[in-house]
Amino acid sequence: MNILLILIPAALLLGGVGLLAFMWSLRSRQYEDLEGAANRILFDDEKPGVENRPKTF
Amino acid sequence: MTCCPTDLAPDATEAFSGNIQQWVRLNPAGLRTLELIVPGICEPSHIQIIEKQLKRLAELETARVNLSRKGVSATWRHEGFDPARILQELMVLGFVSRPIDPSLSGVDDDALLSRALLRAVAVSGFAAANVMLLSVSVWSGAEGATRDLFHWISAAIALPTVAYAGRPFFRSAVRAVSSGQMNMDVPISLAVCLAALMSLFETFNHGETAYFDASVTLLFFLLTGRYLDHLMRARARSAISQMLSLASTSASILGDDGIAREIPADSLGAGMTMLIAAGERLAADGIVAKGESEIERSVVTGETLPVVVRPGSQVLAGMLNLTGPLHVKISAAGQDTFLSEVVSLLSMAEQNRSRYVRLADRLARVYSPAVHVIAGLALGGWLWRTGGDWHTSLMVAMAVLVITCPCALGLAVPAVHVVASSTLFRRGAMIKDGAALEKLASVDTVIFDKTGTLTLGRPRLIGPAQISEEALAVAAGLAQASRHPLSKAICDAARERDLVPASVEATQEHPGRGLSGRYGSEDVKMGSRAWCGIAADGSQAFPEFALVIGSRSSTVFTFEDQLRPDARKTVDELKNRGIEVRILSGDRAAAVRHAAVAVGIEMWQAEMTPKSKLEHLEALKATGRKVLMVGDGLNDAPALAAGTTSMAPSSATDIGRTAADTVFFGDSLSPIIASLDVSKNAERLSLQNFLLAAGYNLLAVPIAAAGLASPLIAAIAMSTSSIIVIANSLRLGMERRSFARSTVNSRHTGSWVAKEMPA
Repeated sequence: MNILLILIPAALLLGGVGLLAFMWSLRSRQYEDLEGAANRILFDDEKPGVENRPKTF
Repeated sequence: MTCCPTDLAPDATEAFSGNIQQWVRLNPAGLRTLELIVPGICEPSHIQIIEKQLKRLAELETARVNLSRKGVSATWRHEGFDPARILQELMVLGFVSRPIDPSLSGVDDDALLSRALLRAVAVSGFAAANVMLLSVSVWSGAEGATRDLFHWISAAIALPTVAYAGRPFFRSAVRAVSSGQMNMDVPISLAVCLAALMSLFETFNHGETAYFDASVTLLFFLLTGRYLDHLMRARARSAISQMLSLASTSASILGDDGIAREIPADSLGAGMTMLIAAGERLAADGIVAKGESEIERSVVTGETLPVVVRPGSQVLAGMLNLTGPLHVKISAAGQDTFLSEVVSLLSMAEQNRSRYVRLADRLARVYSPAVHVIAGLALGGWLWRTGGDWHTSLMVAMAVLVITCPCALGLAVPAVHVVASSTLFRRGAMIKDGAALEKLASVDTVIFDKTGTLTLGRPRLIGPAQISEEALAVAAGLAQASRHPLSKAICDAARERDLVPASVEATQEHPGRGLSGRYGSEDVKMGSRAWCGIAADGSQAFPEFALVIGSRSSTVFTFEDQLRPDARKTVDELKNRGIEVRILSGDRAAAVRHAAVAVGIEMWQAEMTPKSKLEHLEALKATGRKVLMVGDGLNDAPALAAGTTSMAPSSATDIGRTAADTVFFGDSLSPIIASLDVSKNAERLSLQNFLLAAGYNLLAVPIAAAGLASPLIAAIAMSTSSIIVIANSLRLGMERRSFARSTVNSRHTGSWVAKEMPA
């Protein structure tokens, strides 16, 4: 039964990682434009958004 | 943007002109943000086109298109950057844009609430998965110290989850109970709390059964339902806030020194003198002090005929000044202005309406007491049978509460509504909330406003084919310079006949009378009959323009407000469904009669004021009728709020769109029929779902009351009923899709006629 001491924390930890990842994605506003996100994945000719542009002022 | 399925109010597509700096938000980190609404964004390729174009502005740190919101948000740090350049770049691509303040339009609040709900869903989902894992181990035979350990871990996960994720339900339940009401959240809160506390007690006493899994899975399912419900309302609200126009947010005021300056509309006061140029809308009520012009009042009163105003005439906010500049002295902001009358009627109508009880709550009023009585009976029965064994009896009563918890109901109605509202959105109607959908299903009377609702609110030349080419070309040449709606109609008619407007020189607009100019060697005049020297024939049922070319020819152009293309068909379809149709209009009797005959409506009333419209509706409702009000103008707003439910076209005034429950897009009236049909289906499915869920519970209750319900049975019962109910809701989407296909086919084969014949 000692295996439980490893398995239960492991299960909780993995679940917790999933939960934290979800909270992070929520916080970084990834759910605000579901329609746009669904389509952006199909663009392949260049990187989306101005933020990825090399900064040359 | 012809590719868009939705069109926006004309005001919303007008280019923005004003001080853009006031819309820029500066955060403490020195980042400046501007949120723009770009109504033209409607397909995925626009994301790339716009973001690529905005890359040309090197100062921008980010520029991101939001396809769902039809917006662009841009951030930058450099203080010297002029944000108007973003609007210019968008204009280069042909996208009209205007800034918004998300915190003012309520979109920010919705986003906050939706994030809070999603967080609660995530927490309860995490807890449900882990507790269920531990419960399965217990069910498969864990004993003694191991079982106790599993129960303690479950408790450590479940109790904080209940405290965190259960708050929306607890709050609503406390509010309901303290006001002596009963809603679905009362049995939910009771079941969740009781299950968690009893299980904790069991765990302390090394008991065999714990219901931690039941309490957290319940929360998870119910929160999902609540999130869906919220999603639907937030989507409609953000779309409607996008349409609110920025029209007349400022006005130019004549100072004592005789110099005009711009001030914001909300700081206008009585006694000030406003300068109104031709083509501008009035920002406040007042009396004309100087100047002569024609005023278009259709948005305010529903009248299609422009009226001439002179010094001393009263003018109202929202009216459009057509031909000449005016000085308007703003009248006291007292109780007697038209707008304040409309607003007070509106708030009166809204108060009467808030009594509506939603379907789920109506069901809860029957269901919840029944559940509580059964649980009480089970408790009493077991106390009597076991001779006062509180522990066993309470466990049984709790099992009854958990099993009968209206979990499927909390999910059933929102799931149906979300599917229904997205189906309707595809077909051109946007419903503001679930209550509106429920109310639509009960409608038995439809009342239309005329101007702008049954009609497009745009005048059109009658019988252009009977007018000589020369007359039309000369008229178009004169009309080009004018912003008068009748002038625009003449230009449209000339374009439709592929006529090139004649070159007319020295065009002049004479306020309140008409236009004059030189065509070749002849003087030409267009405008009122008196201005052109033609005797009036006394009919005057329709707006008209007379045209004289020199002394040789004279023509009278007559205009009518064009009916929406499928107005007649929509009225027929409504009648086929056994719905009574009426017209209440603010326009003159002759114009209303003409429209009523054209669309086939027998019951109509003309020259109605906002108050008489409201009274007519209240009287109808008092006889037990369920009225759908369809209208667009300022004068319809109180009636829109008073109707059982209401719809407005997207071209309506801001106040009309806000007062209506549903907004529809485009020139077609078919979304009205679609909404009525979909709402009926949605109601049927909601009731079906309720019966399914209740029937399921009916089977499970005897098992629970007999004390045979293990946590395993409770878990299976709950999940299965929820899944069945969701699957049933999704049928609505499937039905509509096949329906959409069949109407497309029937349109091709012209079988609409077959539909109209009696079966």
